[in-house]
Amino acid sequence: MIHAAKTTLNALPGADDISRVELPNGIVILTRSNFNSPSIVITGYVAAGGLFDSDEKAGLADFTALSLMRGTAKRNFQQIYDALESAGASLGWSAGNHTTSFSGRALVEDLPLLLDLLSESVTGPVFPADQVERLRAQLLTGLAIRAQDTGEMAALTFDEMIYAGHPYRRPEDGYPETIAAIQRDDLVAFHKRCFGPRGMVISIVGGIEAQKAVDMVTEALGSWQNPDQPAVPELPPTTPITCLQRRNIPIAGKTQADIIMGALGPTRLAPEYVAASLGNNILGQFGLMGRIGDVVRERSGLAYYAYTSLNAGIGPGSWEVAAGVNPVNIEKTIELVRSEIGRFISEPVSAEELDDSQSNYIGRLPISMESNQGVAASLLNLERYKLGLDYYRQYETMIRRVTPQMVMEAAQAYLHPDRLAVAVAGPVNGDGAEA
Amino acid sequence: MKPETILKAHLSNGLTIHLKEIHTAPLISHWVWYRVGSRDERPGRTGVSHWVEHMQFKGTPKYPPEVLDKAISREGGVWNAFTYLDWTTYYETLPAAKIDLALDLEADRMVNSIYDPEEVASERNVVISEREGSENEPLFRLGEAMQNSAFRVHTYHHEVVGEKADLQTMQRDDLYDHYRTYYLPNNAIVAAAGDFDAQEMLAKMEKIYGGLPCGATPPRPAQPEPPAQAETRLEVHGPGETTYIQVAYHAPAANEADFAAFTVLDSLLSGPSSLNMFGGGGISNKTSRLYRALVEKELAVGVGGGLQATLDPYLYDLTITLRPDRQVAEAQQALDDEIKRMQDHMVSADEIHRAAKQARAMFIYGSENITNQAFWLGYADMFADYTWFTGYVDRLAAITPADVLRVAQTWLRPENRLVGVYVPDGEEETA
Repeated sequence: MIHAAKTTLNALPGADDISRVELPNGIVILTRSNFNSPSIVITGYVAAGGLFDSDEKAGLADFTALSLMRGTAKRNFQQIYDALESAGASLGWSAGNHTTSFSGRALVEDLPLLLDLLSESVTGPVFPADQVERLRAQLLTGLAIRAQDTGEMAALTFDEMIYAGHPYRRPEDGYPETIAAIQRDDLVAFHKRCFGPRGMVISIVGGIEAQKAVDMVTEALGSWQNPDQPAVPELPPTTPITCLQRRNIPIAGKTQADIIMGALGPTRLAPEYVAASLGNNILGQFGLMGRIGDVVRERSGLAYYAYTSLNAGIGPGSWEVAAGVNPVNIEKTIELVRSEIGRFISEPVSAEELDDSQSNYIGRLPISMESNQGVAASLLNLERYKLGLDYYRQYETMIRRVTPQMVMEAAQAYLHPDRLAVAVAGPVNGDGAEA
Repeated sequence: MKPETILKAHLSNGLTIHLKEIHTAPLISHWVWYRVGSRDERPGRTGVSHWVEHMQFKGTPKYPPEVLDKAISREGGVWNAFTYLDWTTYYETLPAAKIDLALDLEADRMVNSIYDPEEVASERNVVISEREGSENEPLFRLGEAMQNSAFRVHTYHHEVVGEKADLQTMQRDDLYDHYRTYYLPNNAIVAAAGDFDAQEMLAKMEKIYGGLPCGATPPRPAQPEPPAQAETRLEVHGPGETTYIQVAYHAPAANEADFAAFTVLDSLLSGPSSLNMFGGGGISNKTSRLYRALVEKELAVGVGGGLQATLDPYLYDLTITLRPDRQVAEAQQALDDEIKRMQDHMVSADEIHRAAKQARAMFIYGSENITNQAFWLGYADMFADYTWFTGYVDRLAAITPADVLRVAQTWLRPENRLVGVYVPDGEEETA
């Protein structure tokens, strides 16, 4: 048997094996070949998202994204999906605040098909009226299901609290009344106005040479233009939470309550982001969900899950704790979490804890990139945040540079046990008592 | 598909080892599979397999809980465990140089877990909390009612998580006895895939696992479920606005001859299902017969289905999410019409070729991921053997229109099914 393992360093993508090409119309193409695989992943985004939505039509960007493959100038809905599914391929769209993203995969032999459908759906959707109404019914049912989901309702309410007055407070999939209000003409207008090649990024990873991939994308999308494509709207400032705020969302008939609590977090490009991320790992992820998992799940047996997440993007992020608990344990869990947050901002983490998390970050990086999909997503991150093509090669040094003091300072900048938004959804009364 | 080289070995203590070299990334994924699941539980002890799986993270003298919790994460690995109807499994995927830790840890907890009474008490609440989280989901409640009703005799009767009353009453020794009975090298398979030399890895495993004592191989009795005499209908009422319909047919076990043709039938009816537990991704089902008949005809907002690979005959289920402006009876009629079409008319050879290509594509997607490859090295043995996996695409490609017709006529009979409806509170029953 041949033994030809690469070293860890060389297994990670870097400037010598990532190709980055910008087409004259602004589309950026990132590729990395992987000839171990006869398949291909293609993922990316256009610079149009929920920031362009109004409050009255919240969810318009997502509705538009999900309509793109309901019919194009060249194919109807069934023809689009017949082509895709016959090839065992997939392609789908969804919208976030800043971008509308796509993701697809196919056998290498079917990459031309995938690119044709990508091009047709992004440049020539026709929004057939019957398909728009069918999709609307699906979206409204999705929102009715969301209204019954304790985790989703707690998360949605939490965002409304920490992003009060900011466009991030709106759920990307909108509200029943806004989805009901959106007209087909709104979708057409949104697409016509906001979609364009400038800011579009396409990441292709799999069994294909970079130049060949670039040639194929150029043929599919190189001539696309939208001279009127607007700049992404500026983000207004956010207002940090200044006291302990609580909202209960009663959902009758449920057995368990979901708690989301936390505050604003750093942007992805904030200087303290890496320290905050490692701190978050210590607080609520490492091992079986870090310190918070240890105190809430392991030591107190209060929950099946209790963990933290740091959601950092282009704009202000969030730093939040999630737990699913029996309603009788809600207040106890909130107090335990507040106490852990208090400890987290007042004492530096131990050198051992930090070393554990640093080793975890460095060791798991190659695991996150073992598939084409993982690499493709990593390449998109490089471009979205302008991290540089050698970012993953320098990752270990960057992670090791963080000290316990840096973690504490990052935590102090965002977290405080008396300045948290707390959202609880489930079998509770609106006033905070157990139902 | 091209033949694969895997190394198979049996140690003198009965442990089976499956190894596959993959040198595309500096990683190794290591799995330990035990032949025990919720199928092996008796009334009063339901959920014990799953709770034991939780307790296996609670420490041994060598790896106390606070050490065990951190050991794999510290080395940059990911690890987890799963309990299902037929099996329980534990895995670690790690940088290749760190794999000795996974072997040592799994060998240690195969025999040395403590089951401290305080940890048992704390974990009781965690497991109950896991169940309560599931109870929040309408489809869990409907699925549980369907499973309870479908199996009167066979131990597939109950959900893996177990009945709440049993979770409240089981004691430490119930868990420990279960552990000691089933966690034996002669009741386990160790599978690893990744960046290693297979002979060197085998030698390492012989050293670490070879000294573990074997025990009496646990019997795995299960009474066959007698054939159903009539269609069963049930309703579950609960919160919400959305009506779900579930139709479940008694289906062949994974190793039965009809399973492959049934897989093709499912692919045409409800869309292709992915084999991959990790990193595979699925493909949509918008050209499937049921999507066209139910969603495109505006009776439902979604439909899906799936066949489970199980040791004994289990269920083939179809789930319909009803449009709020439609009646249960309308959707069910449309479904029945499509089933009848499957029973009355041969599908075309082209449709079968298409299903085979979809399966081939998803098979290839899954092979990118080392964890997924290692998963299959052990998983297939829980209901068949590894050739079940390697021959999967070829078996599907060999299915004929007559096979699909026969399977539709044999298995999709009304008396062989259950129809369950989740009726949201406040809605009138519309069946």
